[in-house]
Amino acid sequence: MPALDRTVPSDLPAPLSGWFAAQGWAPHPHQLDMLQAAGDALLIASTGGGKTLAGFLPTLAAACAGDMAQGLHTLYVSPLKALTHDIARNLARPVAELGLDLRIEDRTGDTSATRRARQRVDPPHILLTTPESLALMLSYPEAPRIFKGLRRVVIDEIHALAESKRGDQLMLGLSRLRTLAPGLRVAGLSATVENPARLARFMGGAEVIRADPGPAPDIAMLQVSAPPPWSGAGGAYAARDVMRAISEARLALVFINTRAQAELFFQALWAVNDTNLPIALHHGSLAREQRRKVEAAMAAGELRAVVATGSLDLGLDWGDVDLVLQIGAPKNIKRLVQRIGRANHRYDTPSRARIVPANRFEVLECVAALRAVEAGELDGDEDAGQGGRDVLCQHLMLLACAGPFDADAVYAEITQVGPYAGLSRADFDACLDFVATGGYALRAYDRWQRLVQRDGLWHLRDPRAARDIRMNIGTIVAPELLSVRRGPRGGAPLGEIEESFAASLLPGDTFLIGGQTVRYDRLRDMVVEVTPQPTREPKIAVFNGLKMATSTELSARVLALIGDRDAWGALPAHIRDWLALQAEIAALPRPGTMTCESFLRAGRWYFALYSFAGRNANQTLGLLLTHRMETAGLAPLGFVATDYALLIWSLEPVRDPAPLLDARGLRDGLQDWLAENAVMKRTFRAVATVAGLLQRNLPGQRKSGKQATFSSDILYDTLRKFDPDHLLLQITRREAMRGLADFGRIEEMLRNRSAIIHSRAPHVTPFAAPLLLEAGRIPIRASGSERLLEEEAARMMAEAGLTLDGLGATRGT
Amino acid sequence: MSICRFQFHGQDFTARPSGALYWPAQGALMVADLHLGKSERMARRGGALLPPFESLATLERLDAELAASGAQRLICLGDSFDDDMAREGLGAAEDRLRALCQRHAVIWVAGNHDPAPHGLAGVQVDEMHIAGLYLRHIAGEGPDISGHYHPKFRVLGQRRRAFLLGAQHLILPSFGAYTGGLDHDDPALRALVPEGIAIVTGQRAHAIPFKAALQPQR
Repeated sequence: MPALDRTVPSDLPAPLSGWFAAQGWAPHPHQLDMLQAAGDALLIASTGGGKTLAGFLPTLAAACAGDMAQGLHTLYVSPLKALTHDIARNLARPVAELGLDLRIEDRTGDTSATRRARQRVDPPHILLTTPESLALMLSYPEAPRIFKGLRRVVIDEIHALAESKRGDQLMLGLSRLRTLAPGLRVAGLSATVENPARLARFMGGAEVIRADPGPAPDIAMLQVSAPPPWSGAGGAYAARDVMRAISEARLALVFINTRAQAELFFQALWAVNDTNLPIALHHGSLAREQRRKVEAAMAAGELRAVVATGSLDLGLDWGDVDLVLQIGAPKNIKRLVQRIGRANHRYDTPSRARIVPANRFEVLECVAALRAVEAGELDGDEDAGQGGRDVLCQHLMLLACAGPFDADAVYAEITQVGPYAGLSRADFDACLDFVATGGYALRAYDRWQRLVQRDGLWHLRDPRAARDIRMNIGTIVAPELLSVRRGPRGGAPLGEIEESFAASLLPGDTFLIGGQTVRYDRLRDMVVEVTPQPTREPKIAVFNGLKMATSTELSARVLALIGDRDAWGALPAHIRDWLALQAEIAALPRPGTMTCESFLRAGRWYFALYSFAGRNANQTLGLLLTHRMETAGLAPLGFVATDYALLIWSLEPVRDPAPLLDARGLRDGLQDWLAENAVMKRTFRAVATVAGLLQRNLPGQRKSGKQATFSSDILYDTLRKFDPDHLLLQITRREAMRGLADFGRIEEMLRNRSAIIHSRAPHVTPFAAPLLLEAGRIPIRASGSERLLEEEAARMMAEAGLTLDGLGATRGT
Repeated sequence: MSICRFQFHGQDFTARPSGALYWPAQGALMVADLHLGKSERMARRGGALLPPFESLATLERLDAELAASGAQRLICLGDSFDDDMAREGLGAAEDRLRALCQRHAVIWVAGNHDPAPHGLAGVQVDEMHIAGLYLRHIAGEGPDISGHYHPKFRVLGQRRRAFLLGAQHLILPSFGAYTGGLDHDDPALRALVPEGIAIVTGQRAHAIPFKAALQPQR
């Protein structure tokens, strides 16, 4: 424990400095800086740096000074529900020990309706919530009264929020709060980022306070006894080595990229847990009760290891964690460093992290990533750019739910926050028009407008619509989830699975959830009913595929490593053999070339292109090349893009890639191909849901609605034909382009890398093996899929011995 | 072959990739569940303001199908309008609909969404009996041709509108632009067509046999 070795400044109220002393702690300089900040502040500190306490110090100081009236004083917003719960628990201790009369409550989607109703009438001093719950609160007519006395807003993990539409939504909420509570001060809390000034701009301006980064983290690859497999992402081969590392640590966190992988890895660990160490599993698909139990056990020091996905890694109370194990490549370097963080209260000791590559390709990635960390290079931050206009549409609807508003005042309000500072009045008016009338070229809804202007103010035409609007709040367009319960009639909840996964199950299929194998029995009333079946191997173990992008910087480092035989000395021997095998069967990618290969597998031709140009560039190449392949009659069926490579599968082989990769005429006839692509349609679905054109499927409605829902693709096609300049299509095009590289850049890359190396491999190559398992496949619905359907239909008719004449004519069947 | 010819109770039919059914012996094109005016009805009820082009889009497709098939008669198997009031709010699509009714002899079968008279040219009936087959909105005593359920069929990871062809019932997919659908193995459809042939629509019409999966005992 650090000794109390500095003079406590006079502006830390005596009870607080006394409390610090009683813990044996000294306040960190950045915590005191946050207390002294005159206006809005942004704290940049790594995990375990006492960030959250720094955010709350001014509130605690005000309470100690008796400077706290009734009503809401501090609003804390975090991206994770679990975090609000955790913070409530952590704050309770100092508040109790300081003898403060402070009411602290959380409010999330999990909070009961009665409690939420009471909070609207009688808000606590400190309210802990999420961006969505804040948006909901702002939509109530009582919002001005609730937030009138608000003094502070603490935004936790703001770096994570700033990367998504949730951040846009939060900033719009903040713009409203600033109007309702003019003296408000905002504290943003962020993990280490490359460009803090950009994050400060996102907040609408703030003083940047940096914590001492502390000693460099101790990161290395875990020594394993067997080489990793060629492909796969589970890491099960290293279960024994991981178990040994856990047994040597006090408390280990084992991170793995997806929920399905967490399930499988937990099982693999359990199988080699010879000494029965207490280890647990934690991920977002598990039932809330189960997650809470694990969190509590972890806080109480009852566990030795927790296997977790992203649901735990955003700054939960790490207690006495002294080892972080990362299974699978960390994808981007920044994420790795943020993840590793530091154990609480041990700010001066370096954190220890060990990476376990899940396949051989990931060994390369790990070696490259570790070199980047040594060199102190973080990945560049994504420039968030302008806030989503679909989010603004939703915000305008919510404002109308709270009461009539003046468009000029709202425009002035929202342009104060970073994401909307550059929004033109014309763009704002287009959003308002969409919300009010639908914004269509054909003015069809004059009688049924959603918002109407009276006396200069915009009102909801039908106040009863407020309920539906509130139900559709939020910017996360997640796949539909179904809850999984044991046995018929309200058995114990085990967690949630995606609807599409549930649809793929047949009665009797077994899958893993919550660390146990269960058998699918039936789907009833939107609940998946299962029976535990411990003895059976899970038949199906794929759900919730989550795709994370590696940075372009890391991709370039991996290519450089492959291309530089002198650097291979840093690689384990089995990796050197594996690289040599790739060179023998096909070719090793070299910087400055387009290295590609073709092979046949299970009746499909595969074409893999190793550009190492980043996911956006490969995604774009996928769209461009499949277009050319369709035109050339190669019948492409789909593609998947990673940071390193592009894999396309088709019914006919690519014999000569040169015409496909010719920079000339790349954009010819491309418009329709792009517009009809699945990337576009997925984007439209998300945009239309956020903007309020599509209603989210809500549990109660879905039971009855037999023909109620229709696909958003139909709306997309209709708009494209009849109203191509509609606001939602403009937003869709813009957002889809964010996931794609600029065509100019692609043309330049193709011109600069005109050396094309194409190998015809006899079978799957070492490099292509992991690509076959990639998530995020983009289907191509064109001549190839139609041909397959025709063949399948003919096959099934022949198999059934059926013809199309005489059905029902004479026979009884 | 992009269309699909088949026989049902001794009559020849052609399933078209659009979801329309052509009956050569009667010179008739049959469609089900146009749901004209759906977006207006949703807006009127305070729901989403959907792109108000679906009536126009549906009628354009219907016009094209009538021209391509050469049919003189049009038989709409019910739910032609999303509700009785939707008949009044067609806006720009109204003229197109009237012109279509001038060019063709139309038989309007009443559906559950549009039971009332709508005053358009043509004949309005609750159901009718032609060549030994009943034409009605909701399948009843067979053999009959009907709509109502908006059948869909899943194949190779796709979910497409489909004709369902069983021993006693021939059920048409919905023709309207903004209409969802019901899977062929939904209990409601399984009760009518437990096994038979689905003719999936899209770029081409493909016939695929099916037998509804047995449900586990409850």
